[in-house]
Amino acid sequence: MRPEVALPIFIALTSGALSLAAWRSSWIQRWIGVLGTGALLASSIWLLISVIEEGHVVMHMGGWQAPFGITLVADLLSAIMVLLTGMMGFAIAIYSLATTSKSYEKFGYFPLMHLLLAGVAGSFLTGDIFNLYVWFEVMLVASFALLILGSERSQMEGAIKYVTLNLLSSAIFLTAIGLLYGMVGTLNFADIAVKLREVEDTGMLDVIAVMFMVAFGIKAGAFPLFFWLPASYHTPPVAVSALFAGLLTKVGVYALFRVFTLMFAHDPDFTHTLLLWGAGLTMLTGVLGAAAQFEFRRILSFHIISQIGYMMMGLALYTPLAIVGGVFYITHHIIVKTNLFLVSGVAHRLLGTYDLKKLGGLYKERPFLAILFLIPALSLAGLPPLSGFFAKFIIIRAGIEAEAWLITFVALLVGLLTLYSMIKIWAEAFWKAVPEGTNTDRLTGKQADTGLIYMYVPIVLLAVCTLLIGLYGQPIYELAEASAAQLLNPDGYIEAVLGGGQ
Amino acid sequence: MEPLMAIVVGLLYAAAIYMMLRRSIVKLVIGLMLLSNAANLLIFTVSGMTRGAPPLIPEGAMAPAGAVADPLPQALILTAIVIAFGVLAFAVVLIHRAYEIVKADDLDQMKETDT
Repeated sequence: MRPEVALPIFIALTSGALSLAAWRSSWIQRWIGVLGTGALLASSIWLLISVIEEGHVVMHMGGWQAPFGITLVADLLSAIMVLLTGMMGFAIAIYSLATTSKSYEKFGYFPLMHLLLAGVAGSFLTGDIFNLYVWFEVMLVASFALLILGSERSQMEGAIKYVTLNLLSSAIFLTAIGLLYGMVGTLNFADIAVKLREVEDTGMLDVIAVMFMVAFGIKAGAFPLFFWLPASYHTPPVAVSALFAGLLTKVGVYALFRVFTLMFAHDPDFTHTLLLWGAGLTMLTGVLGAAAQFEFRRILSFHIISQIGYMMMGLALYTPLAIVGGVFYITHHIIVKTNLFLVSGVAHRLLGTYDLKKLGGLYKERPFLAILFLIPALSLAGLPPLSGFFAKFIIIRAGIEAEAWLITFVALLVGLLTLYSMIKIWAEAFWKAVPEGTNTDRLTGKQADTGLIYMYVPIVLLAVCTLLIGLYGQPIYELAEASAAQLLNPDGYIEAVLGGGQ
Repeated sequence: MEPLMAIVVGLLYAAAIYMMLRRSIVKLVIGLMLLSNAANLLIFTVSGMTRGAPPLIPEGAMAPAGAVADPLPQALILTAIVIAFGVLAFAVVLIHRAYEIVKADDLDQMKETDT
């Protein structure tokens, strides 16, 4: 028995159930939110420590040995991702204390948030491909409901696109699972990896690999099927957007990393070249889409897409350094992107809009907020000494070492264009004077707002994380390096799951 | 039996994609429904159909005698059906709400968030 592997999922599900039990009391639900996500964070730290000590932590559900039972496995990548899930969940729970409206609380915002976190943590920890599908669906259903809670027109329109494309991706995923099962007769990741080595019909294997690529690519928001993301992420309240932005697409990226290092590494010339093209086009379309936008959260949404490209590039180059870069990039990106969404929420709270043309004057009135924006924004663009610089540096260095000149050029160009978008937000929302017709009562402090403190706390915490990764990145780099070594050497994973008991 | 099933699965996928490409949101949901059914049928077909050999272990033995049907695909399909059913219920409510708000059964009318 290794309780720490199951604990993150268990805690999230239990907190969800408890907040359902406290349906009538929003006060209790809020504090279950903070305590539950805090416990999730604590258990994920425990998991990470165990994984660092032992390499892989495996638990067979119900005592059924792999490959017959469902296995929960944590390697370093999973543990890092679960830790980030805990951090983001905790930050959002604190933020939600101030931003969640009464109607949202009444219709089950907190239970859904816990369910979403359970789905995300489950996806990271499972070692069984059909179980991964189930966790994906848990996560999706929770996100569907969170997305439409407000019942506004834009939310409905966004949700239809979001639901359709995500269900399409699920169907492709399920089809691919079916074909894979028909081929190897097993569902356990490690067992599939072993059996696929002996498969001779590599043509069929390529078909299945590409189906997984498409399915996870849609979930990750990769080119060409990314447009559900900018159509929907700016419609719910900002705490929900921030949670989605930080975690949901990264589940797709994680699945790509898992599947294309463990199972489908038979023909990197074909699969990983395809991924590389996808990565380049994802970066470019995302960043160009952002350049045309004038809505705070839509710009950030398009930048999620372009950043996904960098992570995929790390996987697609498939050299040890590139995988290190990919893992480092995911770590940096989740923190920074969530934080930017949280800052946009404060701007909205102060001035009542997300439209950059109507925003302004934030630097003059709230210089502290301006600094808090600059830290994640410049980190996203990749300026030293922030976390984004090192993330981009590793990936670009890996690109140069692999002599993939085109993709390296694209990556550099996209970094520059990201800076352009961030400067646009800075100039419009922070630097210019407040435009006429915008209500400034909250901005100048005429109308007191006690909830702001709950919004600042998570922003400051995440900004400190960004700074720490930038200034003291060595431990994170070593962690990413060890994780990449594990990913590139799947025998350890297979041994941990299949060879040996509890 | 397999060739027939393969053709049925292919037709279901084709019908699903065709329906999803229509402009009407009702047809979109019908397409999603067909798609999940097609995937389920595909799992059933590719995992091998065995007739008249239930996976039962005779009394006193530790393993079934001879080749038996694989029971796992049915469990997978059952799970997938339940999930698809839940999601479909959500989608139906969603299009109903969307229809009430947008007042049109036409995806072309839903472009407000794209600009």
